[in-house]
Parts: sequence; C-alpha cells; structure tokens
Amino acid sequence: MAEIPIDIAHVSKLARLALTDREAAAFSAQLGKLFDYIKELQALDVEHVHPTAQVIPLRNVFRDDVITASLDQAAALANAPDKDGAYFKTPRILE
Amino acid sequence: MINEKAVAREAGEFEAVIGLEMHVELLTRSKMFCGCRNVFGCVPNTNVCPVCLGMPGSLPVINRRAVEFLCKTGLALGCDVAPYSKFDRKNYFYPDMPKNYQISQYDTPLTRGGAIALPSGKRVRLTRIHLEEDTGKNIHGGATIAQSQYTLVDFNRAGVPLMEIVSEPEIASAKEAEAYLGELKAVLSYLGVSDVKMHEGSLRCDANVSIRPAGSDELGTKTEIKNLNSFRSVGRAIAYEIERMRDCALAGERIVQETRGWDEASGVTHPMRSKEFAHDYRYFPDPDLVPLNLDSATIERWRDELPELPAAKRERYVSALGLTPYDADLLAADRPTAEYFERVAELSNAPKEAANWLAGDVRRSLQKHRLDLSESPMKPDQLAALIALVKDGAVSGKAAKEVCAVLVAEGGDPKTVVAERGLAQTSDASSIARFVEEAIAANAESAAAYRGGKEKALEFLVGQVMRASRGKANVELARALLKERLG
Amino acid sequence: MTSGHEIREAVLRRERSAAEIADEALARIEAVDSELKAFLTLTPERARARARAVDEAVARGDDPGLLAGVPVAVKDLFCTKGVRTTCGSKILENFVPPYSATVVERLEAQGAVIVGKTNMDEFAMGSSCENSAFFPTRNPWDPSRVPGGSSGGSASAVGARCVPVAVGTDTGGSIREPASFCNVVGIKPTYGRVSRYGMIAFASSLDQAGPMTSDVRDAADVLEVIAGHDPMDSTSVDVPVPHYASSLRDDLKGVRIGIVEEFEESIAGDVAMAALYEAAYAKLRELGAKTVPVRLPHAKYGLATYYLIAPAECSSNLARYDGVRYGLRIADGGDVYAMFEKTRAAGFGDEVKRRIILGTYALSSGYYDAYYVRAQKIRTLMKGDFDGAFAQCDVIACPAVSCPAFELGAKADPVSMYLMDYFTIPMSLAGIPALSVPAGYVGALPVGLQIAAPAFEEGRILGVAHAFEQATKFARLREPLIAADRSRAESRA
Repeated sequence: MAEIPIDIAHVSKLARLALTDREAAAFSAQLGKLFDYIKELQALDVEHVHPTAQVIPLRNVFRDDVITASLDQAAALANAPDKDGAYFKTPRILE
Repeated sequence: MINEKAVAREAGEFEAVIGLEMHVELLTRSKMFCGCRNVFGCVPNTNVCPVCLGMPGSLPVINRRAVEFLCKTGLALGCDVAPYSKFDRKNYFYPDMPKNYQISQYDTPLTRGGAIALPSGKRVRLTRIHLEEDTGKNIHGGATIAQSQYTLVDFNRAGVPLMEIVSEPEIASAKEAEAYLGELKAVLSYLGVSDVKMHEGSLRCDANVSIRPAGSDELGTKTEIKNLNSFRSVGRAIAYEIERMRDCALAGERIVQETRGWDEASGVTHPMRSKEFAHDYRYFPDPDLVPLNLDSATIERWRDELPELPAAKRERYVSALGLTPYDADLLAADRPTAEYFERVAELSNAPKEAANWLAGDVRRSLQKHRLDLSESPMKPDQLAALIALVKDGAVSGKAAKEVCAVLVAEGGDPKTVVAERGLAQTSDASSIARFVEEAIAANAESAAAYRGGKEKALEFLVGQVMRASRGKANVELARALLKERLG
Repeated sequence: MTSGHEIREAVLRRERSAAEIADEALARIEAVDSELKAFLTLTPERARARARAVDEAVARGDDPGLLAGVPVAVKDLFCTKGVRTTCGSKILENFVPPYSATVVERLEAQGAVIVGKTNMDEFAMGSSCENSAFFPTRNPWDPSRVPGGSSGGSASAVGARCVPVAVGTDTGGSIREPASFCNVVGIKPTYGRVSRYGMIAFASSLDQAGPMTSDVRDAADVLEVIAGHDPMDSTSVDVPVPHYASSLRDDLKGVRIGIVEEFEESIAGDVAMAALYEAAYAKLRELGAKTVPVRLPHAKYGLATYYLIAPAECSSNLARYDGVRYGLRIADGGDVYAMFEKTRAAGFGDEVKRRIILGTYALSSGYYDAYYVRAQKIRTLMKGDFDGAFAQCDVIACPAVSCPAFELGAKADPVSMYLMDYFTIPMSLAGIPALSVPAGYVGALPVGLQIAAPAFEEGRILGVAHAFEQATKFARLREPLIAADRSRAESRA
C-alpha cells in the first residue's frame, strides 16, 4: 500500500478533529490507493489551463440592501446545546 | 500628550516604520450576505438568521451596497477599482465564527493602491481595500479570558460588512498615525459609509510597528499592536512601542515578531498569548459565490456620486470663504460639522463669523456638555440668527457668548433668550451719549490724559460708560462717541 | 402502483382524494419499511395536513399544482422546517431546522405531500447508504444488497413503490447510481438549475438536487417544479424553466447519440454488463437514433480530480459542525477547542473524517496549488472533453454503473467504493445534466442506462429516456422482492 504524504496529526489539528492513533493509521492505509490515482494527475501538463472555480459563467450576483425578517431569539437558540438567557454558551476559550 | 520631541530626540539613531490596518463596519441597512438588520446595540441574538448563524444549508448572497460603499471609499482615496474580484474563504475555528470560516477576499481585493494625504502634505499610500464579514461577539464569563469558565456568544454582529483598509508601511510617527486616522475618519464620514465610532467598534485599528536604523531601506522586525480602542490609544501605543523597540535595540536585545495588546490603563503593550500553531487559513475561492466584474460605467457613476471630499472642502473654506487653515481643518473634519457650518454660513452670509463661533464658543460649550454638534438642540438657523443680532448691534459680543451657551444646551430663538435674560444691548446713541457725558464729567483726569495721547485712558472711560449702563451699552458705539466727544 | 402524474389527474378529477392517497402511502411504508429501512423520519401529520389542503383546494375549483396530492419522500439532506433533519449523521441527530429548503417549499407549493425524510450516506458521502450513522437501507430487489448511495433511502422508497416520487441529491453520482441499483429514474440537473438553499452542503460546486421517480414523466414534472432561479442561492441560474413534459418523445429519429469509447472499454471487462448496454444502444438505434463514437480522454482522471475537489470543499463546509449553535456537543470540562475536537470526533463517521482530512490537506499551505488548483484545472479539461463530444452528438449514452447492486459489506475498502462513481463523476465535474433510466437486468438485479446532455438541455435527456422507457418498460417487467404496492396485477402494464 502506498505511503500517503499527509501529516495526519497536523491536518487533524487544523480540522479540529481528534483522531485516535488507530484511526490515523487506518485512514493512512485506506487512502493509499487514492493517492496512486492522484499522482497520475501530477503528470498532466496544465500550465496554460485555467482552474474551474465555477462551472457556470455567472458574474455580479447581488442582493439589494433591504432588511428581511430575522429569526426570533427563541428560534435562533432553539437548537443550542447550551445557552444562557439570550446567549449561546460554550466552554471557555484558552488560546 | 505624546512627548514626540523626547522620543524623536532620543531615537535619533532609529526611525520608526508604521503601517495601519483599519477594519470599518459599513453603514448598510442589512448585513453583508443576508437581510438581517445591521444595527448596533440590540438585544442579543435577535438580528440573526440561518445564513449569519451558519446553519446547515444556508448560503450567502452579496449585498450590493456594501460593494458600492467600498468602491466609493476607494475612488475617494484614489485607488484602482479591480475589474475582476472574488471572495475567498478564510478557514479557522473560533466560537464567534458561525461557519468557522470567514468570507473575505484574499488575492483579488476590490481595490488596490490609492493614498491618504495628511495635512502636512505627506501622502501615505494604501496597499489594498477589501470586503469581508464581521464575526459575532464573545463575552467572557469572568473578568478576563483567563478567569472565565465559560463564554457567551452573541451573533448579532456576525455578518456585518467590514471594509479592511491596509496602508503601506509609510507612516513615520505616532503623530502621523493620528493624522492618518483623522483624515480617514473624515473621508469615511463624508461618504456616509461608516459612523466611525471606535468606542462602538465600528472602526477598529491594528498597528504594525517596527524600527530601523535611520535612513535604511530594509524593514526591521515588526510587532502587531491590537486592542486600540480610541484614536488617542493608537497614538499612545505606537509611541510606547517605538520607545520599547528602541530600548531593546540599544540594549542589544532581539525584537520578537509577535502580536502585542495595548493596555490603556497602564500605558504599555504586552505580548498576547501565542497560538499553539500558526494559522493556516487554507484560502480558496468561495464556491457559493460568483466573481464580480465591475464595468467602467458603474465605476464612473460611483465616482460622479462622490460628495465634495474633506481636502477639497478645506481648500475651499480657506480660499473662497476666508477661513484660517486651523478653522477649516476643524470644520471640515466630518460631514455633519461641515454641513452645519455651511448652512450657518449661508443663512448668516457671514462665513468667518460662523467659523469663529463654531470653532470657538460652540465647540467649548459642546465639550462642556459632552455633546456632539449633531446631538445639540441648537439648529443652524438659530446660530445664524445670533450672528445677525451681533452684527446689528442688538447684543454685545460678550452677551452673545452667554446666549450661545444657552442655545447649545437648550436650543431656542436667540431673540427670546436675549429678552429673557435682559441681555439686549443699547445701541441708542442718545442714551449712550448721556453716559459718555457723565463719564467724562466724573473722570476729568482721564479725559485729559487721553487728549494728551494716552490711549489707555480711553479704554478706562469706555469701562466707566459700560459700568454706568450696566453692560448694556454697545461698546463700539460708546468708544466712538467718547472719541468724538474728546476730540 | 400509480405514478405521480396519474395521481394528480385522479385528484383533480376528484376520483381519489389526496387524503386517502396519503394514507395509503403511509400504510405502504409501514408495511415494508421495517425491512427496507428507507426512512429516518416519517411526517404523517404534515402529510395529512397537506393532503387536506389539496382536497380543499380541489373542492374550491382551484388547481393545487403540478404535484397535487402526490406523496413524496425527501432525502434527509433537505432542511424541513420543524422536522428533524439529520443528514444521516449523529452530529445532527436532533437538529430541527427553523426553515425549509427552497426545493421543499417548491414541492409543497405545487401540492406535493411529503411523507417522510429518507436515509442517506452521512453528509452525502458514500455510494451505498452504508455510511449512514443510523442504519443501512436495503435494496428492494434484494435486501441483502445495498440500494446505492448517497440517496439510497429515496431510491429504495421509490423502487419499493412506497411513493412514486422522491428527491435526492447528486454530487458525484448519488442520484444516478442508486437509481440504477433500484430500477428507478433519477436525474442530476445542470449545476445551477435547482436551488441549493436549505440543502445541507457537501461539495458546493458539485451538489445538485434532483428527482427520483418511478417513470420519466414524473421526473420531468418534478424537475419543472423544483428548477428555477432562487435569489437565496447565488449559484442558481436565471434561465427559464421549460415545461419539461413537452420534451418527452416516443421515437428518436434524427437524434445523434454519442457512445464514449473510454467507457465502453471500461465496461467491456464485465460480459453481462457490456451485453446489457449493447442491447440498450441497439434499442436506441431501433428507435431511430444514430450512434456515433465520441471520446472523453480525461475521464480517467475523474476519480482523483473529484476526490480532491469534493473533500476540499466539504472540509470547509463541515467546519460549522462544532457544537456551538446546534447539533451534538461533547463538552467534558475542557476548553472550547477540546469541545470542537471531541464533538467532531464523536459526531462524524469514518468516511466523513477521511474526507475532511483529505480535503484539509488538499487546501493546506504548500499543497493547495499541487492538489486543489491542479484538480480544478483538470476539471476544465474534462469540461472541454464534453464540449468536443457534444459537437458531434446531441446526447451521450453510457453506463451509469460498473455493476449491479453489491452486497452489504462487500466494498469495505473505501477506494473500491469510490470507484463506483467512475461513470458518473465526469458529468458532475462538468456541471452537465445526466440521468439514469432502467435498462434491464443482470441476473435478478436492475441496471440503469445513463444519458447526458449539454448544460440546460435536460429536455433532451428526458426525451431520449422517455422513448427508451416506453419501448422497453424495464421497470415494470419484474417485481422487487420488497414491493409495497399490493396490486401486483396492475403493475404488469
């Protein structure tokens, strides 16, 4: 199985996803074959090709600066796992 | 008060290099990507919707007016509006981020270039101006972040349109930084794109500061100063940081590239906690939005819609209306003040007097009552009427000051205020003449002294006439009549 | 089992009431869903209320809409106001959205009666419905086999004749592959044809909602109802929506059909599948079409390209699931970052985690150009391939899948599962419309024929599919093992 070039520990930190060592090892093994396919992409000459960010050639899609109805506070907070009065509540932030 | 001279004197061997990054909340009615109200100070979590709460399945749609406001700002500052521009996602996690990515602009900002001209004549060039969305607000359950056990989050401000204005590192001192801010504030106020209230967070400033040997071209290690909540703190913090860096350099210590927070109370910057790892924002074009192609017809129309800008106004006030540069600066500082002044000048047909009043007594009264001009009940026509009363001699200059103070605090018709307070001035020549005769008669020595060439004696007699009339005599008329009587 | 358009006609003619139709659908579901497991949430009250409204409208002499009284199943990826919407994930297990997707609103505005939310691979990532956090759905043709994915529940519900109409979503094949496995019609419209507002995002530049129905006519009607510009979706296109039913045709005279050389080479390895498709192309020629060979030289890069772009976009789209504002939260005394990490670790299944890791990597500093940008460039090349092909033909006909439905657990290796999307990915990357229509059986299992057309030419693919369907009636030739409609005689049309 091919070695994958991903530093899973670093990437999972960026993605705020706590993976167990077992998961990390399993993913590494599983994605190996995919990277064989991905390597084939590197061989193509795409120097003069523009990336497709959007398949549709739309431009300048706006909304007018008008106020539309907001959710009421109860609806906004209805799915909150924890709240305190008018606020969403989370554990503290330790930088 | 920044002791610029002390800093400059001692820092003779180093020069400071400063760049400013401003975040400006735009005065659109609705948010950047949804129709929720863009209003400060509402009950928490009442100006929110699935889009600005980052709920599953929600999608952003660009607010046309936010784009217009940014482009007009750019045009006013001489920037180039990009014909092609797009939005990118800046990915990072934080509790006040509804999607854990911020929609911003990375490599195609809406404008590039431009400059802010300082009153000294120096131009500080801009790097770019781009559009992005603001985050929600975290409130820490404790006196400081470190003491909190929990965080409360309000998403009312999440999604408010933000304009980020980045200057080139061409500001050379704390004073220049304040001048830059002042000019920017004026332009933003004129365009009506921001209410520029740093204390409400609608205008935020981060400063990048470094020093280098005087005359060098290379940039030294910079620090980023955050938590600057007023124009004054910007100046103070920069001055402090320059000195701190200078002290480091002279002591042979390495200056660390870091983010530092300004502590207004203690007047120092201190390092902010470093993150565990540097952010990798993984910018990529937001696939939920399509790019902007602004055509030149639109851009020209926006240019035509620009109002007269501060620099032009100042110039016009001085050259066409005869104001002093100092007064012109003051009155042109923001649009409401400028418009107020222009209205008073127009109604009274006396721009210089209008300027004197507004820059002098009115300003002092406002400061005393802690009011903005726009918050005072005094209307332009009321001030214009007061100016007319003085011109007509109906009230003395001194009495008019008293009337002015009343108007600033309470508004009203100046004539009524004069009458209520018995401040009417006598310009009736015959009654003043009587006081003149009495004063001369009672002060023969002074009369003789004046005839003998002592100018001061005249003023003494004028004073006597004023006393006798209990301040009501028109002082210029009294003086004139005395002169005439005494030959 | 009647089709949606037959139900509408019966309701308008007052031969049947929407209420009784809704009850029947709910009864059919109850009869089979314990085995089928197509539904995550049933909405009987909503269904009955809507049905009542339809009947009242008819009684007043009003037309309740193109889908009047038609029972519809909705993939649990579409937000439905007031109704639990899970996206097949534990992280949204109890999420009740305060708003509905535009697709849902449009269906209901045209009289559709939504009976429930269907099972799916978690966050639309998968090709078998085995990645659902809750349970796998079964294939009505063989309950030991998968219905396909990610719109497995929708395909299964229609395939088992619980409802005539369902909606699903397709990002790399998630409508077409399950449609093929379950013997139903499934369309992925042109990207931008249907609003994505309220559709829980997987890969923003690829996701599209589409109909999954018992026949082509219903697919045309549902597409007409859900398609069209939506100001809430900046990527939805303002192009008029035709009355798609007008495009249905019974013969294919003058139609040029492209047969893709690379795809035919690929399917040649499986004798039974190759024979089935050869017979399908022969039938198209019999109907008057001319087949021409076309090439899609970059199709072989589709898998790698898709599995860079889609995970990249999803890694960003799924960042919002952090336990702050809604959904699952695991907070056991640490700080907020610990909460993010533990919540996401507990709430996401393996496939979702794999793609988040892959996608985060593809976007990360130092790798962005080599992976994400490069993939987007190859996407441009693939679009170019289709432009070249469509210069020579009106539609492309090709396999929808490489095999019929496989057994549960048969594709444990993720990459072998990714290969299921081989024939469907290129159309997704190019943003062009494509459908799968029942094309026969390999052994006892159904297989679908894929038809693709240039952007906004859904009429063409519906036309070709209709002619093929009318000439073959494959979907009605046999009975699924799990069939919810009681009247077997009438299905042998």
